[in-house]
Amino acid sequence: MDMNTEESIDAAVGLAIHTDALNLWYGDFQALYDVNLDIKKGRVTSLIGPSGCGKSTFLRSINRINERLGYVRIEGAIDVFGNNIYAPEVELVQVRKQVGMVFQRPNPLPASIRENILFGHKLHNRERKYSRDDEDEIVEESLRQVLLWDKVKDNLRRKATGLSLEEQQKLCIARLLPVKPSVLLMDEPCSALDPKGTAAVEELIWELRGKYSILIVTHNMAQARRASEECIFMLMGKVIEHTNTADMFVTPQHQETADYIEGRYG
Amino acid sequence: MSQAARQRSGNLPDINQRNADWYIDKLVQYLVFLSGISAIVLIVGIFVFVTIEGLGFLFEDFSFREFFLSPWWEPTDEDEPTYGILALMAGTASVTGLAMLVAIPFSLGSAIYVAEFASGKKREFLKVLIELLAAIPSVVWGFIGLSIMNPLIIDLFDVPVGLNILNAGIILGLMAAPIMTSISEDALKAVPDRYREAAEALGGTRWQVIYKTVLPAAKNGLLGGVLLGVGRGFGETMAVLMATGHAINIPGSVFDSVRALTATIAAELGETAVGSPHYQALFTIGIFLFSITFVINLSADLIVRGIRKS
Ligand SMILES: Nc1ncnc2c1ncn2[C@@H]1O[C@H](COP(=O)(O)OP(=O)(O)O)[C@@H](O)[C@H]1O
Ligand SMILES: [Mg+2]
Repeated sequence: MDMNTEESIDAAVGLAIHTDALNLWYGDFQALYDVNLDIKKGRVTSLIGPSGCGKSTFLRSINRINERLGYVRIEGAIDVFGNNIYAPEVELVQVRKQVGMVFQRPNPLPASIRENILFGHKLHNRERKYSRDDEDEIVEESLRQVLLWDKVKDNLRRKATGLSLEEQQKLCIARLLPVKPSVLLMDEPCSALDPKGTAAVEELIWELRGKYSILIVTHNMAQARRASEECIFMLMGKVIEHTNTADMFVTPQHQETADYIEGRYG
Repeated sequence: MSQAARQRSGNLPDINQRNADWYIDKLVQYLVFLSGISAIVLIVGIFVFVTIEGLGFLFEDFSFREFFLSPWWEPTDEDEPTYGILALMAGTASVTGLAMLVAIPFSLGSAIYVAEFASGKKREFLKVLIELLAAIPSVVWGFIGLSIMNPLIIDLFDVPVGLNILNAGIILGLMAAPIMTSISEDALKAVPDRYREAAEALGGTRWQVIYKTVLPAAKNGLLGGVLLGVGRGFGETMAVLMATGHAINIPGSVFDSVRALTATIAAELGETAVGSPHYQALFTIGIFLFSITFVINLSADLIVRGIRKS
């Protein structure tokens, strides 16, 4: 990625994602209104708000996966490390490489654990031929990072879809790592997991902070509180408040935020 | 209802009263059950009938060696009739084989387009069109083979006859393609969207997503589609009769005329004396065909069903 002046400015203040008057429509329905956000590099930022307020929509516009739907229209800009990912000359594949995504329901591909880990890696490293040993190393390293290696090391050829949901979700995080993304998007990554699995995945996310800039959507406020450094509160497609997580939960600046935190929106 | 109970109920409505609705309900249940099992009854019935008709031949004139290994199908030979179906099997197999070569890329391509690329009205329109194609009577396809493909092949390849494996294979391939497309399209649609989304989010292009994720995930259904196509090829009669040239032949090239098992039965059954060895031999071919298509269709069905379940 070439260095331009904008990038160096953002890098100086340590911004991973910067959005500028982001508006988004599904057909005629406007789902995001003038979203202006600065999300810091290397931090875990959580995104909270009542169901339907546009959290997923915002997240999914940061790797442009929203565009799978033909009827989505966007105005404004999103910079990822200083580069506007909606600029016309941008290669979608490069965006996806830089911005990894973990979905609400774990979605390993119906292939082996090993193949799942290597899937993205193979897509993005086609010019160079990797030996089996290289690949083994990548698989091991990725699985170690998500604390899954010891559990699956003897079953790398097993179907990934046969793992428990917690393991599947960890695998879905692990398969992003060989691609070396700088941003990880997670859309309610624990909502399909039981409390034990949730705790394990949260712990993992906490481990990964610093190395990656992580933006995590959650409807679980305890989780936002435990597992994030900054917190963004959204309501009806708008950003209401963005502060340190600790401040948000102790001294919210807006009435809506306070209402939500106290559970008045459900 | 007992006498005592009736007295106790007095003027209250009799809760055990069966009115007309009850009888209609029972009748409908019964009819639905009957039509449900009629498929089984018919299949078993047909199989039994065909077997009985062929049985005499099986026990008397039948020689396993001659039947399957002799290329001579000469049931009307005065001195020494022979009943070898090797050439007929070669005819059926070569035509079906070529048909699959034509139909697989065709149907896979259109299934991928319809399932993965077309959307909205275009998709609906194409699906209807495919259904319509599947409904074209086989005699029409045979006619196309006779009157369009035949002169075309003669012109293009400079061969004396255009009724041959090439002609019948293409015709049969086009005939089988719609049903194969339908089944393949179902199989592709059955692949959960999560997989596509996952692969796309990892940076796959549209084609990489299809090639590396969707097709492998749908491979059983696609195989089922191909098997159904093969079953169709084995069983097809009229178009094959019209387009192959109907000449008994172990083919050496696609320009050779051949004769199919089905076409042999169709062409000869009317001219044989009921109960004669020739007649019974034709029924034995029927048993053979029935068994093969049954196995093929059954496995196709099981494979396709397997996917629906998982
Ligand atoms: N694919 C879609 N098509 C049309 N509207 C959508 C689509 N996805 C989400 N929406 C609408 O956009 C709004 C925001 O949805 P979403 O981002 O999923 O909210 P959240 O993740 O905060 O629950 C909702 O009103 C929802 O109905
Ligand atoms: Mg959501």
